[in-house]
Amino acid sequence: MGDLTMIETSQLTKRYGQFTAVDGISFKVQPGEVLGFLGPNGAGKSTTMKMIAGFLAPTAGSAKVCGFDVESQPIQAKRALGYLPEGAPSYGEMKPRAFLEFVADVRGMSGEQKKKRIDDVIGRLQLESVLAQSIDTLSKGFKRRVGLAQAILHDPPALILDEPTDGLDPNQKHEVRALINAMAHDKIIVISTHILEEVHAVCTRAVVIAGGKLLADATPAELEARSRYHGAVSLTAVNTGAARQALARVADIESIEIDPQDHRITAFPKKGRAIFMPISDVLKSQNIEVSELQLESGRLDEVFRSITLPEAKEASA
Amino acid sequence: MNPVVTVFRRELASYFATPVAYVFIVIFLLLAGALTFYYGGFFERGQADLQPFFIYHPWLYLFLVPAIGMRLWAEERKSGTIELLLTLPITMWQAVLAKFLAAWAFVGIALALTFPIWITVNYLGEPDNGVIVASYLGSLLMAGAFLAIGSCLSAATRNQVVAFILTVVICFLLLMAGFPLVQGFFQSLLPQGAVDAIAGLSLYTHFIAIAKGVVDLRDLIYFALTIGVWLYATAIVIDLKKAD
Repeated sequence: MGDLTMIETSQLTKRYGQFTAVDGISFKVQPGEVLGFLGPNGAGKSTTMKMIAGFLAPTAGSAKVCGFDVESQPIQAKRALGYLPEGAPSYGEMKPRAFLEFVADVRGMSGEQKKKRIDDVIGRLQLESVLAQSIDTLSKGFKRRVGLAQAILHDPPALILDEPTDGLDPNQKHEVRALINAMAHDKIIVISTHILEEVHAVCTRAVVIAGGKLLADATPAELEARSRYHGAVSLTAVNTGAARQALARVADIESIEIDPQDHRITAFPKKGRAIFMPISDVLKSQNIEVSELQLESGRLDEVFRSITLPEAKEASA
Repeated sequence: MNPVVTVFRRELASYFATPVAYVFIVIFLLLAGALTFYYGGFFERGQADLQPFFIYHPWLYLFLVPAIGMRLWAEERKSGTIELLLTLPITMWQAVLAKFLAAWAFVGIALALTFPIWITVNYLGEPDNGVIVASYLGSLLMAGAFLAIGSCLSAATRNQVVAFILTVVICFLLLMAGFPLVQGFFQSLLPQGAVDAIAGLSLYTHFIAIAKGVVDLRDLIYFALTIGVWLYATAIVIDLKKAD
C-alpha cells in the first residue's frame, strides 16, 4: 500500500520492442512539492507522465496516484489526477464552456458544484473573452489555458502538466507559473519542461531524465551547486588588466576566465573556498573601479548539459 | 450522469457541429431515393412494399457508413484528444461503446429521415407494415455492423482515407460472401459445410433474411456478435496502437 497522499513510481519502465523509452524510474512526490521533469527532447519525460496518467501501460514497475495503482485501480487513480497532455489537446469544434461541461460531466460533477467549478476555472485562467469562440479558432496560448482549465477543473489533489508553458508568450508564461505557484501549497504537482528558468520559477525539486534514466533528483539549489560556477565571482572592471593583476593576490582563486566579448572576469574558487569577500577587499584596497560584482549561484544550463550529454552520446552511439 | 451517456452526447453533437453531417444526410436521402425509384422500379412494380428501397441499402452503406466510421478513432489519435479521453475516469469499453453508439445513432437519424417513403407506400397501397419495420431493423443492424468494422479499422490508423478504404474492402467481402457468384466459386473447391459457413458469415444473407420480415433470433445474434467482436477488436487495437 502506498502513501495516500503521494505520486509514487517504482522502477517504472516502458519498452517498445528493443528500445527502452523509460528505464526503471522511481521517485515520490508529496503535497506541497512541485516536481520538475527536466531532460532533452525524447528523454522519456512524456512517456513517464503518460504512464502515471494511465494512458500507457508500463512494461514493468508500477505507478501510484494517491495510493491507487494506475493499472489495477485506474478509475480511482484518474479521479485523483488532473492531467494536461503534451500539446494540450481538446475537442476543437466545441466552445470552451461546452468542453469544460463535458469534462465535468465525465468526472461526475453536477448542479451547483459543476457550475461553480467551471466559473472558477474560467476566472482563474481568464477565459471570459473567448467563451463565444470554438476552441479551434483560439490562439495557442488560449488553447493551452483551456487545457489547463480542464486539468484543474475537479480540483484534484495531484496534477501532471506536460509542458504547461510551451508556446506561450512571456506574459502568459508568467501567468501560468503564478497559477501553479498558487496551487502548489496543498497539491502534488509534476511538470515537465525544457525551459530551465522555469525550474527556478516554480519547482521545489527537479529530476533530470535522459535516455529514459533518472540521472538526478535534487532541489534547484542543489543542482546549481553542482555547477563549476557555484561560488564563482564575476565582475566587470573599468580596467580589466589591473583587475586581473589584483585578483592574482587572492590565494583561494583556482582559475580566472575573461569573456572575450565583454571582458567580464570570472574567478573560480578552489574547492570549498569562499572568495567573494577576499576579492571585494582586494579590489577596495587596490582602488580598482568595478561597474559590477556578482556572486554566482551556479548555472543550471551548464549542469543540465553536464548531466545529460554523456547519456545523449551513449544513446547515439 | 453515466460517462457513456456523456461521451455519447458529446460525440453525437460533434457530428452536427459541422455541415458535413447535413451533407451526409442529404446525400444518403438522395441516393436512397434515386436507387429506389430509378433502379428499383418502385412505381413500375405496382406492388405496395418497400423492397426496392431496402434492397439497395447494403450498397448504399458500403460507401456511406465507412465515411462515418473512418473518423471515429483516427480523428482522436490525430488531434491527440484520445489521450485526454482515455485519461478521464472512463474505461476503454465505455469510450469505445459510447463513440460507436453515437455514430450508430447518427446513421439511425439518417435512416429515420427516409420516413416519407413509408408514408408514400402507405398512401398508395396497403403494405405489410410489419415487414417494413423488420426491414428498417435489419437495415439499422447492418449499418451497426459496418460501423463496428469501421471503428476497428479507424483505430488502426490515423489516416482516415486508409481507414475508409480498408473498411469498404472488408464490408464488401462480408457482403459478397453471401452471393451465388461467390458461393458457386467455393462450391467447386470446398465441402458443402464450409460453403454454408461462408454464406453464414455474410452480412447480406442475414440482412435479407430480416428484410423479408422474418426476425429470426439467429440473425439478431449474428449481428450482435459481429458488432461485439469488432468493438472488442477496436479496444484491443487502441491499446496496441496508443503509443504510436
